[in-house]
Amino acid sequence: MKATANSFRSGPDAAGHFGAFGGRYVAETLMPLLLDLEEAWIASKDDPAFQAELDALLAHYVGRPSPLYFAERLTRHLGGAKIWFKREDLNHTGAHKINNCIGQVLLARKMGKTRIIAETGAGQHGVATATVAARFGLPCVIYMGEVDRERQRPNVFRMNLLGAEVRAVASGSRTLKDAMNEALRDWVANVSDTFYIIGSAAGPHPYPAMVRDFQTVIGEEVRAQILQAEARLPDLLVACVGGGSNAIGLFHPFLDEPTVSITGVEAAGEGLATRHHAATLSKGSPGVLHGARSYLLQDGDGQVLEAHSISAGLDYPGVGPEHSWLKESGRVNYVSIRDDEALDAFQWTCRLEGIIPALESAHAIAQVIKMAPEMEPDKIIVVGLSGRGDKDVFTVAQALGQSL
Amino acid sequence: MSAVPQPGGTRIGARFAELRAHRRAGFIPFVTAGDPDAEASFEILQGLPGHGADLIELGVPFSDPMADGPAIQASSLRALKSGMSVKGVLALVERFRARDDVTPLVLMGYFNPIHAYGAEHFLRDAAHAGVDGLIIVDLSPEEDGALRTHASTNGIDIVRLATPTTSDRRLDTVLAGAGGFLYYVSVTGVTGTKAVSTEDVASAVARIRRKSRLPCAVGFGIRTPEQAAAVARIADAAVVGSAMVQSIADGLVSQWPRGDIVDGALRLCRSLADAVHGARDAP
Repeated sequence: MKATANSFRSGPDAAGHFGAFGGRYVAETLMPLLLDLEEAWIASKDDPAFQAELDALLAHYVGRPSPLYFAERLTRHLGGAKIWFKREDLNHTGAHKINNCIGQVLLARKMGKTRIIAETGAGQHGVATATVAARFGLPCVIYMGEVDRERQRPNVFRMNLLGAEVRAVASGSRTLKDAMNEALRDWVANVSDTFYIIGSAAGPHPYPAMVRDFQTVIGEEVRAQILQAEARLPDLLVACVGGGSNAIGLFHPFLDEPTVSITGVEAAGEGLATRHHAATLSKGSPGVLHGARSYLLQDGDGQVLEAHSISAGLDYPGVGPEHSWLKESGRVNYVSIRDDEALDAFQWTCRLEGIIPALESAHAIAQVIKMAPEMEPDKIIVVGLSGRGDKDVFTVAQALGQSL
Repeated sequence: MSAVPQPGGTRIGARFAELRAHRRAGFIPFVTAGDPDAEASFEILQGLPGHGADLIELGVPFSDPMADGPAIQASSLRALKSGMSVKGVLALVERFRARDDVTPLVLMGYFNPIHAYGAEHFLRDAAHAGVDGLIIVDLSPEEDGALRTHASTNGIDIVRLATPTTSDRRLDTVLAGAGGFLYYVSVTGVTGTKAVSTEDVASAVARIRRKSRLPCAVGFGIRTPEQAAAVARIADAAVVGSAMVQSIADGLVSQWPRGDIVDGALRLCRSLADAVHGARDAP
């Protein structure tokens, strides 16, 4: 599957591979579950009742379609291409994560699973999972690294309000990767009744493809909305990439459109020259973690390194396997944005558009701030505003030297 | 026991043949290479065969051991902190092999350190060091094709795992390409957190034996000599890991000198091995 392939949208193959990436690298205990899940997921695609229930929940519970909003003042301020925001921040629970959680909880019910677990970094996926678990009356345990629990306290309280138990993970770097390790340990120990809702387009097959499919509603809506507003496709798509679920959801429907340039934005943390970043695709190398072969931040001995980003949702040393393949095939350009650049973009978006973006999304906006002025005014950029930033106000205040 | 040096991969077969001839089960201790440090770890490793170990599982430490419970997680972390590396693990094996050419030694760990080393290069160096088999917890039969090719070139067995979730159909997949022995994971869970159920193990082992002539070792839920003996009456070998590395952790907490930590681990090996070896003599 190189750039010469007829389509960039045909992956993965039957074994879950996107070129040399993806696959199922898990303990044998989990293999039968993954095979069952794959079967249920594939069956659901051709099940009109399943799709009707999903569509109804997306419309009336999540609030889809989310608006495609012309960021007029930001556009004027930058003096270049027209900038449109895909407003996933306006979804129920305030981020794109719910799109996938609704889909997976319906699968869980269909498979007769009675207990939900998930990992979370920023807490957005945890909140979305706790939300759908509450909505369907299922007990729910969320694993969250101690470090993340500290910097995302509002989301911890939200999860508690929604009836979920938040278990702090004290192992390793005490962030998202360790939360995922712990969730996998829980799953292995509770295989008969538990459904693991992975929040990113990562993990063992079928998760990367399944999460992508539940998130492509983002890109499909953008296509219809921009055609209506501008009567043509965008010239550039930009989204932030941690594990990469909102990015793949926005990008995927446009991968075979040769006129659409696509840029994924990773977190450069304190800079790529330092060790404190989360730029897996720029600075990592292929490895195997959490069930898939993909780019990974690791040392020469194959030990996984700790990532760093001001944004908890991007603070992950891995990345979804399809992004690794899109990087190697050259279809998507991956760049990175530092903490300070994201903070600037965060503040500009607040002041110019009256929108408090998630710090994750602020990375994508920071990249737009770099690129838009270099583009002609008739060009069109669509940026994935993956979530709202209310959860980040404590972090931002601290970074700006203010106490709340 | 044969005094003739044997190429890697055949020590496992020879040892299980010998155990069968003596109508007894084998004991397999697990320790992590480099825990608590390279030197003490070598002394433990070297002492294990003299303390009843029939085969040794040596853990390759990894930063993200997601199939392991707290005891082996902590052990892995201690080993990494002490500076253990994949090269370091192979150096330990080489030192061990210089004095012991008969006890089979199997490396157990996760795929990424091997992937980073380069599978082909790793298998060649592992064979040279005297490794007999590999148990890679997160490498499913679906993904181990390339590694198996290099393993077979170098005479190293890929030991596959079966679990309580493994259906009959799945068992065929697991057994196709399995080498050395089959590792039956006796509990659904991570290492060292649940207790083995002898009844469940008995029916699982019977199910496996209907399909395969490979020796069957059982591990993941065995901590005590009593549990080890119960498993030894059913399976070809019993594996104990968490309890072994916990004895090291306990020694460190009590600030024992290194020599006492080594002795403590070896005493535990002896008591577990005695229980396994005597299990089938009991009335």
